[in-house]
Amino acid sequence: MIRRLLPPLLSGTLFGAGLALGGMTNPARVRGFLDLFGDWDPTLAFVMGGAVVVMAIAWRFQPRMAHPFFAEKFALPDRSDLTARLIGGSALFGIGWGIAGLCPGPGVAALVIEPASAAIFVVAMLAGMFLVRLTEGNG
Amino acid sequence: MMLPGFPEAAPLAGLVGGILIGLAAALMLLGAGRIAGVSGIAARATGIGDSGMSRSSAWMFLIGLPLGALIVAMATGGIEASFASPLYLAVAGLAVGVGTRLGSGCTSGHGVCGVSRFSQRSVVATLTFMAFGIATVAVMNMAGLEVLQ
Repeated sequence: MIRRLLPPLLSGTLFGAGLALGGMTNPARVRGFLDLFGDWDPTLAFVMGGAVVVMAIAWRFQPRMAHPFFAEKFALPDRSDLTARLIGGSALFGIGWGIAGLCPGPGVAALVIEPASAAIFVVAMLAGMFLVRLTEGNG
Repeated sequence: MMLPGFPEAAPLAGLVGGILIGLAAALMLLGAGRIAGVSGIAARATGIGDSGMSRSSAWMFLIGLPLGALIVAMATGGIEASFASPLYLAVAGLAVGVGTRLGSGCTSGHGVCGVSRFSQRSVVATLTFMAFGIATVAVMNMAGLEVLQ
């Protein structure tokens, strides 16, 4: 049980710490990054760059492992088809990201930074996710 | 550390934060064999999504997010943040919720985990939400909308 639950807890904690340290829990910082044609703040490029480089190294190790350290098998996405749903959904997500300067991770992490504001965002986000499930019947 | 021409930027803190996020995603991949995509994990934890890791694992990850932010806040003496007003937060949250479900992921799953794997879907998704995020801020600025309080 502990062996199963500790890795996701540790991963989430590291993730939340990284978001906070990198400034992503501050919507002003995120909107500053998206304000490419105005007063641009490049900080988030460093956050994304650091995360992608570390993760690219992890992806080099993954194929050489018979199974993950704490699980029986890898369960990874393998789709490569580009659909209108993928692009339309990502566009809508981008609009929401731009409006408030929050995406799902920072929204949840910010529950301890500015609880009332973050809670409004997170509840609305879950409502939106639920709406998709309602209209499609599955998640 | 300062970045010439960008007095507001915090490149070193950003890089260190990014490396932590990368390590977190690497731990999820090599430890649990899964993608650390926050939108999918949030849907899974709440029962909105049916696929992915166990619900208990999803909750552990989600609880970790504010826990990690809290540790940084305590270690650094507080985190600076200014948020949008409730109406903007609600509209944005709704769009993010619908969009990430339709688009199968967000900044973490597509932007970090997928792009680093050169996944075609994730690269296209990331370019799309970045472009629309940039366009949204540009349009709102042109319209003179003050979002952050």
